Amino acid sequence: MQFHDYDTEGFYDELFSAKGEPRPEAAPLIERLNSLSLEDIQRRHKAAQIALFKLGVTFNVYSDNQGTERILPFDIMPRIVAASEWAILEQGLKQRISALNLFLSDIYSDQKILADGVIPAELVFSASGYLKPCLGLKPPAGIWCHITGTDLVRDQDGCWYVLEDNLRCPSGVSYVLENRRVMKSTFPLVFNNMKIQPVEEYPSHLLETLLNLAPANMLDPTVVVLTPGIFNSAYFEHSFLAQQMGVELVEGRDLVVADGFLQMRTTKGLQRIDVIYRRIDDTFIDPLVFRPDSLLGIPGLMEVYRAGRVAIANALGTGVADDKVIYAYVPQMIRYYLDQEPILNNVPTYLCWEPEQQQYVLDHLDQLVVKSADESGGYGMLVGPKATQAERDDFSDRIRTHPRQYIAQPTLSLSRVPTLVDDHFEGRHVDLRPYILYGKDIYVNPGGLTRVALRKGSLVVNSSQGGGSKDTWVVSS
Amino acid sequence: MLSRVADSIYWLNRYVERAENVSRFVEVNLNLLLDSPEGMTQQWQPIVLTTGDLPLFQQRYGEATAENVLRFLTFDAEYPSSIFSCLCRARENARSVREIISSEMWQQVNAFYLMVTEAAEHLRATDTAALFHFFEEVKQASHLFAGIMDATMSHNEGWHFGQIGRLLERADKTARILDVKYFILLPSVRDVGTTLDELQWIALLKSASAYEMYRKRGMHRISPQSVADFLILDGEFPRSIRFCIIEAERSLHKITGTPLGSWRATVERTLGRLRADLDYITIDEIIQFGMHEFLDDLQTRMNNVGEKIFETFFALESVIEMAS
Repeated sequence: MQFHDYDTEGFYDELFSAKGEPRPEAAPLIERLNSLSLEDIQRRHKAAQIALFKLGVTFNVYSDNQGTERILPFDIMPRIVAASEWAILEQGLKQRISALNLFLSDIYSDQKILADGVIPAELVFSASGYLKPCLGLKPPAGIWCHITGTDLVRDQDGCWYVLEDNLRCPSGVSYVLENRRVMKSTFPLVFNNMKIQPVEEYPSHLLETLLNLAPANMLDPTVVVLTPGIFNSAYFEHSFLAQQMGVELVEGRDLVVADGFLQMRTTKGLQRIDVIYRRIDDTFIDPLVFRPDSLLGIPGLMEVYRAGRVAIANALGTGVADDKVIYAYVPQMIRYYLDQEPILNNVPTYLCWEPEQQQYVLDHLDQLVVKSADESGGYGMLVGPKATQAERDDFSDRIRTHPRQYIAQPTLSLSRVPTLVDDHFEGRHVDLRPYILYGKDIYVNPGGLTRVALRKGSLVVNSSQGGGSKDTWVVSS
Repeated sequence: MLSRVADSIYWLNRYVERAENVSRFVEVNLNLLLDSPEGMTQQWQPIVLTTGDLPLFQQRYGEATAENVLRFLTFDAEYPSSIFSCLCRARENARSVREIISSEMWQQVNAFYLMVTEAAEHLRATDTAALFHFFEEVKQASHLFAGIMDATMSHNEGWHFGQIGRLLERADKTARILDVKYFILLPSVRDVGTTLDELQWIALLKSASAYEMYRKRGMHRISPQSVADFLILDGEFPRSIRFCIIEAERSLHKITGTPLGSWRATVERTLGRLRADLDYITIDEIIQFGMHEFLDDLQTRMNNVGEKIFETFFALESVIEMAS
């Protein structure tokens, strides 16, 4: 297998600086691959896929009525980030999470940032993730966003941008851990020869973060992972994390509020729970306070939570910062709360509720990506350059009718990584989701989940829409 | 331990054991037919009768031909006790407790499931050689699962719930298969003691992997009475009913912490009483009482134990009532 023909085709390639020229951090890997035959690489690729399937590293597809599980397609060519560059990303992410946490603390208490006019109050109050019942909430140590999975992308010019913050229940970290495990058995020699930062500490850090939420004097707090259940698309991950941390995985039906505490039903009666890592959206968590139709939640939980008798990670109400209109103000938050300049940039964002910006968006629909403020997973969006006129007209109407609901961003030309396509490697677009834990300190797991759009030319990396994943190596040279 | 989790581990083991036993029934019958004298009608209906689901079978398939029965018992996705359905359910249960059981157990259930689904797609019910191979694989996979569970999971509360599930299922199936032989395969007195009769008893022992152990225990001759004695009352053979009940009781008391020989919960009394009866009854008394009647009664009592376990440990409603 030879890479001197590999063509970056004018895109920013994460592994190659130009045609046939690997970046310094990637050189040892490319050298190794050059020494392998195509058949050997294909065999290893297949073995890796089979290993993941046997491990049951699967996700469920909602629309698939057979309820079948699939593995997230996995590509054996890793994405490589130089350690020096990673250090900057790490600083940038820590800064961003600190500011977002202060923002959440502020808007559910004094609302200074609104009083000072930095963010228009009505934008916050109209965000679907803004939860009035959370006003006055005092989570332990003032931490709201314990677990974050920030989406980063790199544009053609090589600059990094933050695409989304994902402060509710970001998923995917199990793939980081399992992909790494499989990669180690796929290319053991490469791991010997390259300095790749390990990712395996994540579960220990996660448990530490959760234990940090229990009252300090408690000897043996009970921590649980709360899942919607076996049919949830990320169920594998919920169970995987519970297993890795050695804590119970519970469903709403296992829990009950009794004697003023949250308790779980065990073979020996009820047992008190102190910390929940919830993988259920905010509004499903307590049918008495939020969605009355939720069968996943626990009636009365909110009252116990407000009384400080159980801790929840992430805190309820964090979804407000996932609103894409609020996202646009994160740089202002960093300046306001930390008095620093943002290390990581937002993607330039046009806010349709502002008349001038709306006009610009409407005039340039064929160049922009339009996104609904409160949807994720690649749903509810328009990729202007690839859309039909009818689709663009439809979005024009929607923007005019519900301006608060939409933002627009320039179409970024995402960076690419060589990806195995049948019998050769071709560049495919990727993004990067590092995982950040906010406990006693802020910890960023080195690397993160690289999602790859497997369809040629596609920019959509979501697993529900033809995306796959790659291992991410932070490499010291 | 969460009630739901205990329930899932219990059923995970029951379903794996059930799949294995269905394989045993069918495999042994296939064997038996190869030895049958020419002109004798193929006996497939008794196998269905063993499952207790004959009416359902007749309604779905009609005649008990080899092909129909094999399809029904192995790959019928709509029959809840087919090997295929057992593995689907075993896997669903395992999936919901993945973080409790060991990774190795999960991998084995998953591999087992993939093997069965693959066979369900490709295997034809008329390909006897391939079927033999398949049933052997199912048995092996089930043993592998039990072995892996024994060697990789802490012998904690969850493990004991799994044991109880497996042992009750096994005891129930041994009782059924014995019942069928007595009730169905022994219709006329003139067959008793013939070569065919002996072959059938050997087949019965083999279906419980009991043939060699039976011979070794010193009961060299095959007689209906001593085979029944072995399969019901032997204290050392791991598929005999009494052995299963003794071990299930041991696990139950590990869970509750009550010393053996005493009881606090009703379920302990129900199971303990059953165990004591098996300890002190003789095969002569059983035959006097009536083999079929005895086995029927035994199954009812084992079902009762299953229900009591559900009520005591798994039923979520009772716990809520206690709380409020």
